[in-house]
Amino acid sequence: MVSSTTSAARTADAPAVRPSDAILVVEDISKRFETPEGPLVAVDRVSFNVAPGEFLAVIGPSGCGKSTLFNVIGGLLDGYEGRVTVAGETVSGPHAAIGMIFQEESTFPWRSVIDNVAFPLEIAGMPKAQRLEKARHFVKLVGLDGFERRYPAELSGGMRQRVSMARTLASEPKILLMDEPFASLDEQTRLLLGDKVLQIQQELKQTTLLITHNITEAVQLADRILVMTYRPGKLKRMVEIKLPRPRSSEIVSSEAFGRYVAQIWSDLREEASRGMQDDETLRRGAGEHKT
Amino acid sequence: MSVAAITKNRHTPLALGLGSLLFFFVAVEVLIRVNVINRFIVPMPSQIALSFERVIVEEDIAARFWLTFKEALTAGAMIAVVGVLLGVLLYRINVLRRATETWVAAMASAPTVLMYPLFLVIFGRSAWTIIMMGFVAGLPPVILKTIEGFSGTRRVLINVGRSFKLSSTQLFIKIMFPAALPTIFVGIRLGLIFTLINIVGVEFLINFGGLGQLINDLAERYDLPGTYAAICFVILVSICFFMFTEWIEKWLRPAD
Repeated sequence: MVSSTTSAARTADAPAVRPSDAILVVEDISKRFETPEGPLVAVDRVSFNVAPGEFLAVIGPSGCGKSTLFNVIGGLLDGYEGRVTVAGETVSGPHAAIGMIFQEESTFPWRSVIDNVAFPLEIAGMPKAQRLEKARHFVKLVGLDGFERRYPAELSGGMRQRVSMARTLASEPKILLMDEPFASLDEQTRLLLGDKVLQIQQELKQTTLLITHNITEAVQLADRILVMTYRPGKLKRMVEIKLPRPRSSEIVSSEAFGRYVAQIWSDLREEASRGMQDDETLRRGAGEHKT
Repeated sequence: MSVAAITKNRHTPLALGLGSLLFFFVAVEVLIRVNVINRFIVPMPSQIALSFERVIVEEDIAARFWLTFKEALTAGAMIAVVGVLLGVLLYRINVLRRATETWVAAMASAPTVLMYPLFLVIFGRSAWTIIMMGFVAGLPPVILKTIEGFSGTRRVLINVGRSFKLSSTQLFIKIMFPAALPTIFVGIRLGLIFTLINIVGVEFLINFGGLGQLINDLAERYDLPGTYAAICFVILVSICFFMFTEWIEKWLRPAD
């Protein structure tokens, strides 16, 4: 059920998806940043493949380079080593085949829901009537029909995140890349939005890559979970989630679900502890420096 | 009717505002009548109200109002266009911004009205002297707030634009400009305040016409109720401008 690849055994990584079958291939990605304390390796030789229609979650403690990986795959960050390819095409900069949903609230407050969703279609030069009709379809898909003329300020956090999702889906990306999209929401809303994501993924057969630090969310949604180590972020383990589909948030109460959560937590615990210790040492050092 | 119902009523803020104003006038009237405030310095509000008709009929108020309004409109349009363009330029060219931002900020607080003799030499005793004085005074806040508005654009919105492969021009027009608009309008409103003060001030100083000259005339004739009535017309110009900018902002950003 659980295929161990471990950090030490990164070279023994046997991805479940062969590169020739994959729509997204991430090959030996490393990224370092220059800091006042010296170079910081955020991501260290991470490789994995994602099959068409697959839902892959990347999980790791804070500071493991998840968001760096998100930005590299999305083409928002350059100056890294390794290669990202989408359907055989190397990614250098933002790619039309990759749609991104960000952790922070990212709707345009000056545009109504329908105009937010129609934004990528407007940029693509689609005629107004056609783009509004298409946008209406995606608004309905995320369950916001009836709110088309509302503005983001009139919506809840969960609704706004669904607007962002509809906007990204409207551009019809081959791969949906999500960076902790529900991080700022409460647990119940998060579970219910997870249902919505599952329903959309089922309907569109959308290849999805979810970056998260939430184990429940990852197990609820993903086909496979890539566990990362704390700094420098490496691939620690690839876990295959063999829970039946179609799924819903009700699955969180099943015994199998609990087992997956426990297994992933046992992998993450050591990494999270390292992160916490590192953070405490840093703060202690900063405190001593002040005094 | 309960207190909660009164506070929720949409007419309550207007009624409260007008009521407060009325209370203020009544209080001043009473304080003057009981000799707490000197009636030779501050005229009674009732005297000011009675002087309106005289000022309107005898002092050609419509033409003066229109002249001040036109000068303020021209200077206001100039600070909006030039201020935003300069703000964008300074935002885009970092070295230029670092070199001049302090100077612009210093200029915002400088009493530029004292430079009116220089402007008289350059533009002559004409409406352009007044317009340019208003323009120079109102420009710095627009520049500074434009820079602030663009600098404050949330990174995630720019990343959304980049993820949709927007060109830098599209990114600017479709995301950065609308995101910066509320802050830019704060600058334009501030700029209009400085512009209007300077326009009326210079009209007053160079005795060229408009409401400023009327205030000067009436004050020299020691017609205090008339002076205060003319000041009320300046306030009316200011109200017109603020309503106009609010209308434009609502048109550009209906969500706010």
